[in-house]
Amino acid sequence: MNAEKILTETKFYELEDEILLEGGKVLKNVEIAYETYGNLNKNKDNAILVCHALTADAHAAGYHSLEDKKPGWWDAMIGPNKALDTNKYFVISSNVLGGCKGTTGPCSINPETKTPWGHDFPVITIEDMVKVQKKLVDFFGIKKLIVIGGSMGGMQAIEWSIKYPDIVKTTIVIASTARLSAQAIAFNAVARNAIIQDKYFNGGNYYDNCNTPDYGLAIARMIGHITYLCEEAMHSKFGRDFKAAPSFDFGVDFQVESYLEYQGRIFVDRFDANSYLYITKALDYYDPITKFGTLENAFRQSDSRFLIISFDSDWLFTSEQSKELVNALIKAGRDVSYVELKSPCGHDAFLIEYENQTKIIKSFLKKDSPKTNIA
Amino acid sequence: MNTEHITRQLNYEVVTGLIPTEARVLDLGCGDGTLFSKLINEKKITGVGIEINQDEVIKALDKGVAVIQGDIDEGLKQFPDAGFDYAILNQTLQAVEKPDLVVDEMLRVANKAIVSFPNFAYWKVRFYLFFKGKMPKSHALPYEWYNTPNIHLMTVNDFFEFCKKRNIKILKSAYLTRNKIRSGLLIKTITNFFTEEAIFVISK
Repeated sequence: MNAEKILTETKFYELEDEILLEGGKVLKNVEIAYETYGNLNKNKDNAILVCHALTADAHAAGYHSLEDKKPGWWDAMIGPNKALDTNKYFVISSNVLGGCKGTTGPCSINPETKTPWGHDFPVITIEDMVKVQKKLVDFFGIKKLIVIGGSMGGMQAIEWSIKYPDIVKTTIVIASTARLSAQAIAFNAVARNAIIQDKYFNGGNYYDNCNTPDYGLAIARMIGHITYLCEEAMHSKFGRDFKAAPSFDFGVDFQVESYLEYQGRIFVDRFDANSYLYITKALDYYDPITKFGTLENAFRQSDSRFLIISFDSDWLFTSEQSKELVNALIKAGRDVSYVELKSPCGHDAFLIEYENQTKIIKSFLKKDSPKTNIA
Repeated sequence: MNTEHITRQLNYEVVTGLIPTEARVLDLGCGDGTLFSKLINEKKITGVGIEINQDEVIKALDKGVAVIQGDIDEGLKQFPDAGFDYAILNQTLQAVEKPDLVVDEMLRVANKAIVSFPNFAYWKVRFYLFFKGKMPKSHALPYEWYNTPNIHLMTVNDFFEFCKKRNIKILKSAYLTRNKIRSGLLIKTITNFFTEEAIFVISK
């Protein structure tokens, strides 16, 4: 671990162009929250775009202030000599469209009404998120891009490779899939129901109210956390341990209950219920297989090498789903490598198991080592 | 440099010599990617390796080899017909669950296949069994009977018969003993007796 904290900051870029969304609607004045690490070289071909998962943000690495206790969400992977080596690469991380961490989303101000969008915000898709990210990448004048993402970030990486083959030459998809399983959609549906049924939800227009749908959002997060762990991880973390003596009422008794309750409680302070609805919907909708007939046809659009990583204990985005990606890439004649890492951490592994991921990604990226000096 | 290393080096030299420049190659059981990266450097080949062991996969990636973690015994269904010029199964045929199916699959996905295996009819192996009355061990067969991955040990003559029955053509052959290569003796029985490891190029 580096002794000194690397300071980073979230910046903003407002798009001049309007964005035509998949759903047919048009979004104007879209703002993107982003961070960058390292420097772009003269040829503008040493860029890596990091795509985040459901609830993360642009702050992927470093610290915002020296007082910060926690660094960005993927700090173990981004920095000097790390998997995404900022001595070599210019790393970009941006908050997704529909998010609540600086990029335009349902909690942003609708320029026409001057009030928060709420449910007037159009339903967005993974394709839309990528379209917005492309504007940011173009703003930097980037000629060649490596795209990497875990979970929903992996879906964005897949979309990038299909949609922008001219610049995406390397794609890394971690703990992800081309489309969610029915089971994963089911969990998202329950999470959305928890939010929508909250008595303070008010049809999504709660921003000016004293009470917001915190219980619903917390339950949604609790469901999420169950799916991010696996039986083994839960057993080793909590077992059947009690917090204290059994209460003989319906309060929080078990350690696992306490964990979920805590995760739910802290989540409502940092996330917006509407964003959770919009982003999970985007996750559910993404399906390049239906769009292109087969996954193989989808990948025929790409001109990238691929690295696919899965974790054996991940039952939300399974190794089988990753193998489907690999098989389709082989059929499409693409250069693909695949590693299934052993991990007891379930889906969360992509955020935790950085040692093996670092080895794999560093090795895989050797071929991409940018040749020109940093500007 | 120990003898095992010399033999492995020799095997790699022979296999590299058998692969034409810029061929598209599938290397089954590619291990840490040593052979594949040699083929990339010396023969400018493209293609992919398959390896079951996670640590070996990581080492292969580090050598710049495209590698897919997977089990050959699960089949090569993901690979289209004739997508490769060569499929290589180096020192592994005796260790797969269904050698007949693996060879069929190799010749489906590639125009030609290279297989190599330790010859169980090598005179030292025969003598070991004959005099010691125990499962033979040598530097080509270093395992005990209870922990060997070599579940389908065979001889050069067995392989000839196997190919004949299945209408597989043997295009080229190389017979290795210690650090010497022979490209086939006139009398098959003698070849079978003196060969420690055999390498074949086959096609349908």
